[in-house]
Amino acid sequence: MKKTIVNAVVAFVLLGPADWLADRICWWAMPAGPFLNAEADYRRGSYDFVRGFRLQAEVTLAAQTAPPLIAFDANTDFLRTPNDIYIGEVGGVGRNSRGQIFVYTRTGHPYATLGDNRTFYRNGSRLFQFDANGKFIREWGQDVYGFNAAFGLRIDPQDNVWTIDAGASQVVKFDPQGRILLVLGRKPEAINVRPAQPAAGREGGGRDGGAGREGGGGREGGGPAAGPGRGAAPGSGVPGSTFSEPGDVAWDAMGNIYVADGVGNTNRIAKYDKDGRFIRHWGSTGTEQGQFNGVKALAVDRQGNVYAADMRNKRIQIFDADGTFKSQFGNVGTPIAMCLTTGATQYLYVSHAGDDVGMDDAAIYKVSLDGRILGKFGSAGKLPKEFGIANSIDCRNEHELLIGEMTNWRVQKVTLKP
Amino acid sequence: MKRSLQIPLFVLPFLLTAVLYPPVSAQTKATATNVPTIPHQAVPDFFKNPPGIYTGENMGIATNSKGNIYIYHRANETRLFEYSPQGNFVREIGRHNYGFAFAHSVRVDAQDNIWAVDEGTDMIVKFSPEGRVLMTLGRRPDAVRMLINMPGAGTYHGRNEPYRFGRETDVAFDQQGNIFVSDGYFDARVVKYDKNGRFVKAVGTRGNANLQFNTPHSIATDFQGNVYVGDRGNARVQVLDNNLNWKANYPNVGNPWAVCVSGGPGPKNPGKQYLYASNSWQDSAPAAGAEITGEIYKMELDGTIIGKFGRAGKAAGEFATVHQIDCRDPDVLYTAEINDWRSQKILLKPQGTKSTN
Repeated sequence: MKKTIVNAVVAFVLLGPADWLADRICWWAMPAGPFLNAEADYRRGSYDFVRGFRLQAEVTLAAQTAPPLIAFDANTDFLRTPNDIYIGEVGGVGRNSRGQIFVYTRTGHPYATLGDNRTFYRNGSRLFQFDANGKFIREWGQDVYGFNAAFGLRIDPQDNVWTIDAGASQVVKFDPQGRILLVLGRKPEAINVRPAQPAAGREGGGRDGGAGREGGGGREGGGPAAGPGRGAAPGSGVPGSTFSEPGDVAWDAMGNIYVADGVGNTNRIAKYDKDGRFIRHWGSTGTEQGQFNGVKALAVDRQGNVYAADMRNKRIQIFDADGTFKSQFGNVGTPIAMCLTTGATQYLYVSHAGDDVGMDDAAIYKVSLDGRILGKFGSAGKLPKEFGIANSIDCRNEHELLIGEMTNWRVQKVTLKP
Repeated sequence: MKRSLQIPLFVLPFLLTAVLYPPVSAQTKATATNVPTIPHQAVPDFFKNPPGIYTGENMGIATNSKGNIYIYHRANETRLFEYSPQGNFVREIGRHNYGFAFAHSVRVDAQDNIWAVDEGTDMIVKFSPEGRVLMTLGRRPDAVRMLINMPGAGTYHGRNEPYRFGRETDVAFDQQGNIFVSDGYFDARVVKYDKNGRFVKAVGTRGNANLQFNTPHSIATDFQGNVYVGDRGNARVQVLDNNLNWKANYPNVGNPWAVCVSGGPGPKNPGKQYLYASNSWQDSAPAAGAEITGEIYKMELDGTIIGKFGRAGKAAGEFATVHQIDCRDPDVLYTAEINDWRSQKILLKPQGTKSTN
């Protein structure tokens, strides 16, 4: 029964996005695992949508047969906003038990304050509530402290709404009426503008993503990387609850909270009890089992197993509730979003985004909990049934998904026809 | 006494300006001579804003098939306003949407969709006539990623990526709905997409040879699908065919900040088409170019100059740094102007005399 174990050395060429970055080459051993298969199309350049490095494989690994295509319909135009409200890049979308839809979206620019003894974030993202038919109900969280760069949204079994923000590096829990119940992480009191890092010589100008960040510490070291993000901005929280661009939040049956932390300077999963008290964390930066290269999405199954989308390692790792590594699987491209269905048999939907503009390489995979790829649907692009970086999936109804897209500024309702 | 190089303090800002903004587009006198003048007049106080509504630097202007007018401008925030054919404020579109930061131009396509070109977010947003977002081109740089690189004014990079822009400047459409983008300040190229926003082709590098550009600043198409690029820094209109092959240069009308081909996006209006090009009064050093710039040229599509009108200035009928022209009707132009925070409606008298050249 054991599936093919692939042990191969893959050469990745990190193509610098701007002229300041000399091409860098690292030899990277793909870890073997019971469910790890090779990507069929490693030869394609794959683009890390968050960080902006182009990963390009030199060696083609053993190909697996293409998964079956899942037939589906899509509706890209069902959310109705008032004339003065515009949905931008959708960080997260979710439905509550009544079918109401919540969208956490980037609506404009975050502002950096001037005329202050520090520079900090404000503005940038908003949270909207719609009824089940897509009619706008109201906005939540106007003018809160930490809505800056929407990155995810989840709704728990009690209909609380959780927002994940990569700018504030916070996870915020709203009750079903829109009052704030819990805040995890702390927004840095200041953002470091032009920190004293080797970011000089950046003639390229304006390129997002960059090695300047990489030098900021916390990435190279072993051991749980709980260091504060963004070059240790002052006042950014206590160890154990300081996030660096968290990607997701999930809960187990006891209500314990798991935070994917994240795609910034830390690579770990943090666990809290239901009241937000820190319990433990695990993970560090790397490619071994239990290590991550961008923890972007999380799911917890009915048995309490924790599924972590290890984005730049192009795999899903599975842990028990204490963080002990159990298994892993690949063949899901660059996983940036996951949703675990709640039916009798649970399935994972995994969103793959292979480029950072949503036009070249995308799909959503349906996966069994033991890592078998059951099918896939969608491709990259701007038309209906295409995805422009599907950063969020709602699968409360496992045959009618809501897909939140970044580059297409929309929520797409996908009806699967199995 | 030791003598060292001393630079008076007051010179420093100019030196810095020279470093930050290399004079790639210093405004020059047009080389065309003996150009007849076309009589023109401005409709006084045409655009009427209600109290509390202001436009900032008027960067883009365009009409739709019903005569409504859109102005894309830099106020405290960049905003897109709609006016009635009589110049009355109707409504605002796209307030606080993710793609608005620093206006550059606006165009209306054959279906009356509104395309806002924003050089701050490196994005083009397509709105339906009702003001809903239909499509976006380009991608705004991620704010979190930008924390380590507050770019200031930024600089040329020439990345030439299929789906990202470098301060793109303008957009145009052919009869098949293909999209043409002039891109821009930090790239030097023209990009073609199909109507669904999928990349087709890009041409251009920085330079002054054919198919090279120095700030391609404005773009327009004719009914045959030819593409007219205001190659501003090279002081020429560069004409490409529909597949972006080079066809011609019109090098005698100064630095074209704005180009416009009359007839609208078609195909409803198949009348004879003209090309307009504005040798705009440059905005960074107004006094310097005032005597040799500001006029707008009317040309045949083959580059033959029919006449010119206007001069630099802020009075009605003068032009205070024209940044975009709408010429759906070749005798009724709209000009968006940077320096006086205004737009004008300009009536051209049909010219009785033909140019001698």
